[in-house]
Amino acid sequence: MQNCTQETKSVPKLDAAGRIVTETQFVGLQSYAAIVEPAKAWAAITALDYRALMAIDFWRALRFTLMFTFITLPLVLALGLGVALAVNNTARVLRGPVIFVSLLPFIITPVIGALAIRWLFVSDGLLNNGLEWMLGYPVSMFSQGWTIEILMMFFRVWHVAPFAFIILYAGLQTLDHDAIEAAMIDGASRWQRLRFVIVPHLAPLIIFVALIHLMDAYRVFDEIVGFRADAHVISLQYLTYDFLIPDSTGNRSISRAAASSMLTMIGIVLLLIPLLRQTWAQHRGSR
Amino acid sequence: MLLRKLALAGAFALMGSTAMAACAFENTIPLKSLTAGFEAWKSATSAMAECGNFTPELDQEFATKQAAAFGANPSLYHIGGVANETIVPLINGGLIRPLDDLVAKYGQNLQPNQLIKVDGKIMAIAMMVNTQHLMYRADIFTELGLAVPTTYDEVLAAAEVIKASGKVEYPLGGTFMAGWNLGEEFVNMYLGLNPVMVNADGTPAINNEAGVKTLEMLKALSAYMDPEYLTSDSTFVQLQMQQGKIAMANLWASRGGAMDDAAESQVVGKVNGAAAPAAVPGGAPATTLWWDGIVIAANITDEEAEAAFQVALEGIDTEMVAANNDDAIWLIPGYTPGRLADGAIATATANPVPPSYPSTTTQGLMHSALGNQLQAFFTASSAGAAAPRSVRVWLACQARASSTRPVQ
Repeated sequence: MQNCTQETKSVPKLDAAGRIVTETQFVGLQSYAAIVEPAKAWAAITALDYRALMAIDFWRALRFTLMFTFITLPLVLALGLGVALAVNNTARVLRGPVIFVSLLPFIITPVIGALAIRWLFVSDGLLNNGLEWMLGYPVSMFSQGWTIEILMMFFRVWHVAPFAFIILYAGLQTLDHDAIEAAMIDGASRWQRLRFVIVPHLAPLIIFVALIHLMDAYRVFDEIVGFRADAHVISLQYLTYDFLIPDSTGNRSISRAAASSMLTMIGIVLLLIPLLRQTWAQHRGSR
Repeated sequence: MLLRKLALAGAFALMGSTAMAACAFENTIPLKSLTAGFEAWKSATSAMAECGNFTPELDQEFATKQAAAFGANPSLYHIGGVANETIVPLINGGLIRPLDDLVAKYGQNLQPNQLIKVDGKIMAIAMMVNTQHLMYRADIFTELGLAVPTTYDEVLAAAEVIKASGKVEYPLGGTFMAGWNLGEEFVNMYLGLNPVMVNADGTPAINNEAGVKTLEMLKALSAYMDPEYLTSDSTFVQLQMQQGKIAMANLWASRGGAMDDAAESQVVGKVNGAAAPAAVPGGAPATTLWWDGIVIAANITDEEAEAAFQVALEGIDTEMVAANNDDAIWLIPGYTPGRLADGAIATATANPVPPSYPSTTTQGLMHSALGNQLQAFFTASSAGAAAPRSVRVWLACQARASSTRPVQ
């Protein structure tokens, strides 16, 4: 009787000097395809299968990144303008302290701020315990995606609104008081003054703040790391970072990381085009 | 005042020099090490530092930079701390040197089981073993009349009783943090059911009954944990246990000693250790055995390597163990197991014995792929998908993904 055993082994090809033979070949856009997975994504889109689309990391990250950017943008502008108007209307003696306090969130390093928020809201955190005590049932903010996303947006708005505030507040100082008085004599309400005098005056600054915020928000990364959110929510920048972390065999996916960061950059440029066109048009018009 | 400070500094300097004399030889070549940062490595590297001219670097994320740092020529570090998984990239890259001649020259006190051989050559010197063991609150178990679970089904049953009693916030703790930790949980449970994780040709072999059972069990366990389990790593679970928030956890042996550390634990003397639970009755504990040890870089001169090896041995000798007995399950002569080592020893000596963590490239790829993808299973099925079917589908996708994913 004879026993046969079958064995498969993978052995690296070695050259005469005993070094592993390596091969270099041009892969074209293969790295991009490996991230975007166009065939799988198209199949999911045509079948209207949202879950299948979200199973692809890139689309999952893009979904969150876009949502994060577009939800925080108006909130940052509105809060910034609101605080600027409020400060502008407070008594002169109080302005210094109020400006100082309003700027505090902007001074904090984003990662540290994110960690602080996480520790406040993690399962045995101070505010989380407070919430549980108030509501009477257990709350866990970090056990599902949507609560994490809300916390992230809250954190970003809280953190960036002071920037919008200080720029718009500076703009308010250049407001022509004659125009406001004229509007008041014409019987314009507070809202109408804001809508037709103040906002048009601040428009270039609002566009500037929006530009900066779009660029910043599209690069959302600190929140993902600080909140340990990667199990539930990831962003495009996090995806790049994730590719760069070596796996258990020591490999880093450098090509895919490069492709992913290129895609992030292209995304930012696409987002900025409408705003840039508008400022360009204004610039040309004012000449 | 300044004078007194100076005098103190002088006294410390003197103490330093006497400590240096405790080392068997005086090191004159500047040496550096890169290791993990847990207690055992702190003890070992501070013992190495007694020889002088030695700069340790302790970093829990050491694995992300070790291969790159050892790949430089000359290597940025002389001594490296590794475990069975983290040694793989170093061996694949040819970045560490065989130690046979050095062991013959200086290693008379080493035990045979400390010599880690790859293809017949000694590549590393192990100093300790690590494995998961079941830590449980003995006081709660006695009060509720519960027996110590030996299988995961019994863990679930005990967890249900503890949950009903309301004695702790959550019955279970687990290192389910997305990424490496979660991958490790899957590997442990799966190997408890089926020894074959990767086919001989390097393709994944997890799309089977054992794979489905593993996912179902992990999912069932997670229901008794803090709902934020996908962010919970070893340190978090250790704290949960120390603060009396959980009653059971299958946790690393290296975390056991901290339970009786009165400075940070509120449950001193109340936590006992038992063998890691098995996945099936009568099976081996569903865990893997690990070793931690030292390697010497290849890209350094022979003189440096010789000095580095002597310094490294000085850090893992009997004196060091005598001073830091409870920091780990040492493989070094002179070690006497403490109370909290019982569970780990029961795990390592169980019959049948759990497997060693496989030190192979394919296992590394598998572990990374699992760690990166598994969380989708936990987050997706919590949205109410039919569990067994989605497990199947997930496994099928996973198997395909990890076999076709190019390493670019």
